Amino acid sequence: MSWFVNTLGSSIGKKLMMAISGLSFCGFLVAHLAGNLFIYGGRDAFNSYATHLHSLGPLVTIAELGLLTLALIHVLTGATLFYENLQSRPQRYAVNKSAGGRTIGSATMPYTGAFLLLFVIFHLLNFHFVDKTHITIFDIVSKSFSHPAYVVFYVLAMIIAGLHVSHGLWSAFQTLGANHPKYMPIIMMLSLVFSLIVGIGFGFLPIYISLIA
Amino acid sequence: MTKTINLTLKVWRQPSTESKGGFETYHASDISTDMSFLEMLDVVNEKLTMDGKEPIAFDHDCREGICGQCGSVVNGRAHGPEKGTTLCQLHMRHFSDGDTIAIEPFRARAFKVLKDLMVDRSALDKVIQAGGYVSVNTGGTPDANAIPISKEIADKAMDAAACIGCGACVAACPNASAMLFVSAKVSQLALLPQGRPEAARRVTAMVRTMDRMGFGNCSNERECEAECPKEISITNIARMNREFFKAGFFSAVK
Repeated sequence: MSWFVNTLGSSIGKKLMMAISGLSFCGFLVAHLAGNLFIYGGRDAFNSYATHLHSLGPLVTIAELGLLTLALIHVLTGATLFYENLQSRPQRYAVNKSAGGRTIGSATMPYTGAFLLLFVIFHLLNFHFVDKTHITIFDIVSKSFSHPAYVVFYVLAMIIAGLHVSHGLWSAFQTLGANHPKYMPIIMMLSLVFSLIVGIGFGFLPIYISLIA
Repeated sequence: MTKTINLTLKVWRQPSTESKGGFETYHASDISTDMSFLEMLDVVNEKLTMDGKEPIAFDHDCREGICGQCGSVVNGRAHGPEKGTTLCQLHMRHFSDGDTIAIEPFRARAFKVLKDLMVDRSALDKVIQAGGYVSVNTGGTPDANAIPISKEIADKAMDAAACIGCGACVAACPNASAMLFVSAKVSQLALLPQGRPEAARRVTAMVRTMDRMGFGNCSNERECEAECPKEISITNIARMNREFFKAGFFSAVK
């Protein structure tokens, strides 16, 4: 198995792990957003969606463990890459200027990533690891977003998530070697559209809830 | 009528690899706008020599943009602000009278500063030694067109082979990664039938050597592609990734 470790442990192998785990999170975001859209159906629709989801039982646990594994891979590999990349230029330039390759998304990847990790922990503590025996999920969400500070924080977090995805999605395809003159412009466009969907799609939910609350 | 300009230069001076460097300010007066950037440095150096001072050491050789020897970071840009040009092909007409220009060496852990603006780029040579070649048996010369290669593939290989190995991709990369250089060399050979027999071994050895030399990891910032004097595309990086995964997961190469 040393060939496996050697391949994944190389600079390109680490990129591969970032790409696959990152793409999986993009898939998760689609499912998560689709589920959250039930909020627009009102209290009962959202609560019934949550009940149906949890009735899947062990499947949910497997999915959660899968997400946790992917998160560990993405965070630990990302942190390793960040540390190695810091070390690769011990003496920095006095004058830094972009030649036009970087975007706000690409230049801030490690920082938006670290922020998103903290956000995910906060988000889970907020809505996942709470006692739901006497209160429905809709009420928890609606109570939280009645505080304006929560709304501002969540909207900001979703803009940052959009920014992270705007570089991450096309970058994953490039890393996987899926760069083709016919498809790359479509992938780039898709990344932009997807980041807007993430930013606006998730970002508008707290605003909507605070308005109806 | 030749136009002349006056410039203030802030040049990185470092007597040796071990010593600590710093910026020195010089005035370059009456610089013809027809001069190249290196000719401007020659003029400054002549004056420094006349004044009994140590001239600025910088890398250069052919001065026609094909050898890959020159290169410094000018105002934060590898090979200066012009697209698709080496430093020797950058002309002073792109600067204005009274400009202040900061000149630094290419910076990366894998590129040690030898003196002033001169850097040791032998880490790139080590990567080439690891696999940037094809093994050819001695004997009679094969017929030129014995192996059919489409124009499209030949063009792609030629575009990758345009890499002059100057190291600007490393210098421009926010992570000091050498992926564009290595991918150009891998692609150039992987695209052609002559390079296929050793493709898996080559990409594995070259990537491992690249990692060992202390270059950073690629994060698809695309600064390399934007800065490359030969405008090598990052499609080569995608190709190298494909070659590397193929070699790592599906070939017998360990």
